[in-house]
Amino acid sequence: MTRSSLFAGVALAAGLFAATLASAAELTVGFSQIGSESGWRAAETTVSKMEAEKRGIDLKIADAQQKQENQIKAIRSFIAQGVDAIFLAPVVATGWDSVLEEAKDADIPVVLLDRTIDTKDESLYLTAVTSDTVYEGKVAGEWLAKTVGDKQCNIVELQGTVGSSPAINRKKGFDEAIAAHSNLKIIRSQTGDFTRTKGKEVMESFIKAEGGGKTICAVYAHNDDMQIGAIQAIKEAGLKPGTDILMVSIDAVPDIFKAMADGEANATVELTPNMAGPAFDAVMAYKKDGTVPPKWIQTESALYLPDTAKEEYERRKNLGY
Amino acid sequence: MTLARPFRALPAATPQILTFVLVLLANWAVFPDFFDLRLQDGRLFGSLIDVLNRGAPVAILAVGMTLVIATKGVDLSVGAVMAIAGAVAATLAADGQPLPVILAAALSVGLLCGLWNGLLVAILDIQPIIATLILMVTGRGIAQLVTEGQIVTFTHEGLIAVAGSALLGLPMPVVIALALAGAVAALVRFTALGLLIESIGVNRTASTYAGVDSRSVLLAAYGVSGLCAALAGLIAASDIRGADANNAGLWLELDAILAVVIGGTSLFGGRFSILLSLVGAFVIQAMNTGILLSGYPPEMNLIVKATAIVLILVVQSPAATRLKGFFGPKGGRP
Repeated sequence: MTRSSLFAGVALAAGLFAATLASAAELTVGFSQIGSESGWRAAETTVSKMEAEKRGIDLKIADAQQKQENQIKAIRSFIAQGVDAIFLAPVVATGWDSVLEEAKDADIPVVLLDRTIDTKDESLYLTAVTSDTVYEGKVAGEWLAKTVGDKQCNIVELQGTVGSSPAINRKKGFDEAIAAHSNLKIIRSQTGDFTRTKGKEVMESFIKAEGGGKTICAVYAHNDDMQIGAIQAIKEAGLKPGTDILMVSIDAVPDIFKAMADGEANATVELTPNMAGPAFDAVMAYKKDGTVPPKWIQTESALYLPDTAKEEYERRKNLGY
Repeated sequence: MTLARPFRALPAATPQILTFVLVLLANWAVFPDFFDLRLQDGRLFGSLIDVLNRGAPVAILAVGMTLVIATKGVDLSVGAVMAIAGAVAATLAADGQPLPVILAAALSVGLLCGLWNGLLVAILDIQPIIATLILMVTGRGIAQLVTEGQIVTFTHEGLIAVAGSALLGLPMPVVIALALAGAVAALVRFTALGLLIESIGVNRTASTYAGVDSRSVLLAAYGVSGLCAALAGLIAASDIRGADANNAGLWLELDAILAVVIGGTSLFGGRFSILLSLVGAFVIQAMNTGILLSGYPPEMNLIVKATAIVLILVVQSPAATRLKGFFGPKGGRP
């Protein structure tokens, strides 16, 4: 009994020593990831690993399987391990104050990825790296306005899940962008729940409701998956998506690049899965000379067109989308 | 006089048929071109066809669900089994396997899932709602394991044809749903199987004492439900040319149960009608399509649907039946 526990103690000490040696050279970052509920989330995890490797950072990822309690546990364990920084992709907006307080007391900076939290005390986190979903909708709207020019254009909109913040914001941004152009008009707008099946079903009904689709000039989908469903519905109705009807959507998942390469989609706005890259840079600068980053680091919402579709597809297809 | 049974059930079907016609007329009122049909690439094209085509997966689920509910059970796992079958089919299709292999694999997986439920219910005597809840929760995880969390897409002509082809102008999912419902209805009505299922639903213990092999019948009912779910999963995957483990069949178990209830089958077991469950599934889809065609804002979807369903259930309630002096079906109801 005594001997075995002594042995265990030595082994533990040796392990700790090795761990200390390893982290002496580089930064160790703990990342509490939500889970892998979508392809985008899986890609975010993959890209985070790649970005960490690029910078020689030791990244520990804890998958919370969509549960806040698991995320809180993971953060506590990161604090106990004494990591240099904690990344958090919060599954919900509230209830983080006490655990982030613990991280603050331990002097470990916390960076929020992809989503933000509701808190009165902004000093609980170093910075938040997120995309601006209103701006994404704006980029899509501006592209459409520019492409259509002065022609009359009836738009149908495939909304995300009713009440979800990306759906509200992507609609808002798009509406703002086309508000100045009286020739652009949204004639129909329905929710496709961000899924391919519903996107296809809703597009089928839009086509029937608008005289077989002949009066529809463009489809704006709040995500690429719904757009891929819509593309199939348009093809089955005997029309050419991308030619007869302009197709613009958001997210930039690999499959939409395939559709663009085939001439069936016209544009997509990227929601980059690389949230960790800017976060690593902020943490490294902060650790080096105490540079405090801005409270909000906005990722770029780049517009992608068919001309680069082939390369972009090749670049993304193995990211785990 | 078993042959006369389906015909004797006709007067009892009046509320369901009436409901379906009323919902279709309501759709016509909000969208005048609702009944317009034309041929497009060798298949019929129009809103009415959309109702049948989009309603087919739930109709197929409702066939299996009817049998299970008639035994006083419920199968909550059908949505998850759809996701598993779709994931298996898509993965094999992306791998370039021939269609018979894909179909056999997906249907076997569905059957296995159904038999697992049956085992828990029939042999281990676990309450159906709990027994099938297990697979409802874990099934989606299994599907995600198969697809590794991605949407697996394919360009396999054979599998695409499962939902993408047409027979006599009707989309294949509709043909599959009608053929399946017809075959299962014939099987249970022209043999003693239907009677055995009803008797187990009314009183399992008494049926067992009367010599009914209730375990085998229960196993078979859940097995068929699993098979139906796999078929619906194949159609869902074929339709979008990909398997979306997170969303395929999500909440469809509830639509299937609702379809069975609208079809007049009691949740307390016993009396059931497969063909009326089919009508129930198309009633639900007709409402969905009508809402999409109406152009109401999406925030209204659930309110409109809920109001319509409450109305339907009130009209079909026993109290309303007594009030209007409908001819109720004879026997079966406990």
